[in-house]
Amino acid sequence: MTAFAAPAFPAPARRLGLRSGLRNTFTLTWRSVLKIRTNLEDLLGLSLQPIMYLLLFTYVFGGAIAGGTHAYLQFSLPGILVLSVVFATLGTGLMLNQDIANGIFDRFRSLPIARSAPLAGAILGDLVRYSISVAVTLGFGMILGFRITTSPLSAIAACLLLLVFALAMCWFSALIGLLAKTPQGVQWFGFLAMFPLVFGSNLLVPAATMPGWLQAFVKVNPITYLTEAERGLLTGGPVATPAIRSLLWALGIFIVFAPLAVRVYRRKT
Amino acid sequence: MRYDATSANAIEATGLIKRFGKTTALAGVDLVARPGRVLGVLGPNGAGKTTAVRILATLLRPDGGQASVFGYDVLRDAYQVRQLIGLTGQYASVDEGLSGTNNLIMIGRLLGLPRAQARARAAELLARFELTDAAGRIVKTYSGGMRRRLDLAASLVGRPRVLFLDEPTTGLDPNSRTDAWAMIRGLVSDGVTVLLTTQYLDEADQLAHDIVVIDKGKVIATGTPDELKARTGGQVLLVAPSDPARLAEAATLLEALAGAEVTTDAEAGAVSAPVADKALLPRVVRELDGRGIELAEFTLRKPSLDEVFFTLTCHRADDEEDTQTRELEDTSR
Repeated sequence: MTAFAAPAFPAPARRLGLRSGLRNTFTLTWRSVLKIRTNLEDLLGLSLQPIMYLLLFTYVFGGAIAGGTHAYLQFSLPGILVLSVVFATLGTGLMLNQDIANGIFDRFRSLPIARSAPLAGAILGDLVRYSISVAVTLGFGMILGFRITTSPLSAIAACLLLLVFALAMCWFSALIGLLAKTPQGVQWFGFLAMFPLVFGSNLLVPAATMPGWLQAFVKVNPITYLTEAERGLLTGGPVATPAIRSLLWALGIFIVFAPLAVRVYRRKT
Repeated sequence: MRYDATSANAIEATGLIKRFGKTTALAGVDLVARPGRVLGVLGPNGAGKTTAVRILATLLRPDGGQASVFGYDVLRDAYQVRQLIGLTGQYASVDEGLSGTNNLIMIGRLLGLPRAQARARAAELLARFELTDAAGRIVKTYSGGMRRRLDLAASLVGRPRVLFLDEPTTGLDPNSRTDAWAMIRGLVSDGVTVLLTTQYLDEADQLAHDIVVIDKGKVIATGTPDELKARTGGQVLLVAPSDPARLAEAATLLEALAGAEVTTDAEAGAVSAPVADKALLPRVVRELDGRGIELAEFTLRKPSLDEVFFTLTCHRADDEEDTQTRELEDTSR
């Protein structure tokens, strides 16, 4: 017997490099994007939801609120963009919840990959979902008669701002997805948290007619800032202040919910 | 050297403890899997089998005890352990929203294979598990058996040295089970160490070189299948009267003579009892003959693992308490 018996297999690597970790994340982003293509129900809902909002709100509220559908569409479309994309973030939580329930996360955890890759990959992949939502809303809105009265550049900025905000919001959704025991739970908690936030704003109606206490809430609601920034970028008006405030809120939401979600995720894993 | 595979055991666990709230799922479990062998972990539902596998596969932190895979600690060296293991869970853990091919490519890519190699490895494994025809289909449309096979394929992408199979054949039809067994034997002949949990004793009997019986979070027996069979003492005598109406009478008689509990199988019209002493046989025949009970069958055989298992655990698998542990394990996922 020699002192050093030949190993039957090469020794495993000691630690995962940053580049491998990034590659893991991109592989799992690829997975999320592939799943958008194959999950027709999700894709259909994702595209039909903004169309439904646009048709309903424009023709139901339009006359009453703005005295005409075209005037209302110019007012409401930026809000409906915000609404669609915020609700689309719920999908992130739902998918995570499903992944945990059906055991695929156990598979990921048993592999020598970066621990945060499944979470980061799911969220990056969802950027594509959010982009679809933004594109459909804007596209269908323009078919209905919405006109961008600023410049293409600020329209692009409007879309980017939405995506940045969605990337922050989806950490909140991810947290719910990780905490809830069932997909129904994700949906309920998500809606209960997001409805007051979305509709307690100037997103569909001007805040002027609301009672004082509600106006106070509307004034500090991040959705209000985001909607104002979108209006400014798409149809003109002040941009800098609401955009900076939306970005600060996005940062705040990210700083609070991303570490919480990562912590819950790590405890589960 | 720590990876000296010639001296290290493939899996080693000592004193594993895991609690879920007030329930103790593992109350100090020791087990060893030798390299290139199959270790069967047997036990009723809720015995702690899945908890043990999840700890060994780095998915769950134990509350006490130590475990290692080829010398690498499952807590301290989890990253190394993950490079050596493959896991096929009790619940098929493949992505239902992807095709079979994409599931395997994804895992190959995650394991660092270049795109072309990941694709080739996927095709190779799909062919090996007879899934080539369904390769492009979304897994949601697969049958239970196909999903299991894909799950097994997924755990083999990285050519693991140690494979954890947590109830790999639960819910499979007999044909697929036999296929799965053949595949497992094939892997073992390639030098893979397998830890297999199962409720099916014939499965352990067929595949395992060593068996650990766990019940209520404790190891209650270890040994080779033959050793375990020998442990329950001697052999089993089976008596079937020609006239089924006299089965009860034969049972009473056998119980008195053997001095042990008999098992009556009314459907088969047979009664069996463990016999420690072969001198008992002529006496049984004489007594039965004396009462005019004609015999259709009279056989002496080794006990099945079922009988061993029943003797060892001495309780039904569906105890309430066990179901509870199982539920707790599930919610902890």
